[in-house]
Amino acid sequence: MNKQIVVASLMTIVLAGCGSERVVLLPSADGQPSAVVVQDKSGEVVLDAPYAAMRRDLGNKYPYRSSPEDVQERFGLALSAQPPRPASYVLYFEAGGSQLTPESQAMLATIRQEIAQRPASEVMVIGHTDRVGSAEANDLLSLTRAEGIRAMLVADGVAVEKLEAVGRGERDPLVPTADEVDEPKNRRVEINVR
Amino acid sequence: MLGGVAFMLAAISGHAVEPAGTVKVSRGKVLIERNGERIAAPVGTAVLVADRVRTGADGSVGVTLRDNTLLSAGSNSLIVIDKFLFDQTTQEGAMSVGIRKGTLSVASGKIAKRTPESVDFHTPTSVLGVRGTEFVVEVAGGDDE
Repeated sequence: MNKQIVVASLMTIVLAGCGSERVVLLPSADGQPSAVVVQDKSGEVVLDAPYAAMRRDLGNKYPYRSSPEDVQERFGLALSAQPPRPASYVLYFEAGGSQLTPESQAMLATIRQEIAQRPASEVMVIGHTDRVGSAEANDLLSLTRAEGIRAMLVADGVAVEKLEAVGRGERDPLVPTADEVDEPKNRRVEINVR
Repeated sequence: MLGGVAFMLAAISGHAVEPAGTVKVSRGKVLIERNGERIAAPVGTAVLVADRVRTGADGSVGVTLRDNTLLSAGSNSLIVIDKFLFDQTTQEGAMSVGIRKGTLSVASGKIAKRTPESVDFHTPTSVLGVRGTEFVVEVAGGDDE
């Protein structure tokens, strides 16, 4: 066989194997600006507006503007299978210990319900402290708080294997403060249900 | 330095036993290919690093990763979890997910929020970097492997 024909047919196979590709940026759920950078051997294309899109066919790139209808038609099935968005709850503590405020105590019922109704739910319990005391002591206190809440949820009938507890100490304040400031909003446990 | 990071990540991932995520939605034919075996993937199935998630002609699947990334695929799709590392305490991690064929929707999670440079999605031809993002990808006529 002619060498050129062999090369040409090999190239056809390679190109056919590539097929066509498409990427569409969707509006972000929180309304914040977002972007996707699509990079290949020939360079990059930035999609940075809702429904900004790119089609790739036989190695060529064609930017275009998609629409909610176009996305629904091509991606409706994938989007309909998207898992429920994770939900986040914040519980607050009385100063210096692991006692919940009465309002937060009352919120636990809502959280249990959320855990019960989600398919294959999993729960991350994340403890935080204010900046009173040393960073090391606050790591321990935040973990103690998170484990305390986890134990309450287990006692309420949530399966223990669904629950993970971590302590983030004073690293991630809701309200930034100077060291040694008593800030009730930072003494908290975040419960993330996914 | 890059080599050092790659080595460190390899060391961690070799050690990791925690799942990358969990199947939350499973409709029609949904399989996970793991260690050369094909297992059914109903709701609640753990998704591990190196798993290949495959849907049939009537299938669709939704997976929530441990950092709250939402992945979902339509019919005749093949999605590969190439890398997933996430430390809940420091909130640091890295992930790489491939779409070989079909359709994929992504709502990125905590890793992309904190270190977007350590997150990528890839198609047979391109690498997609994210900046706090929701997007969809289609690979038509992609390879079945």
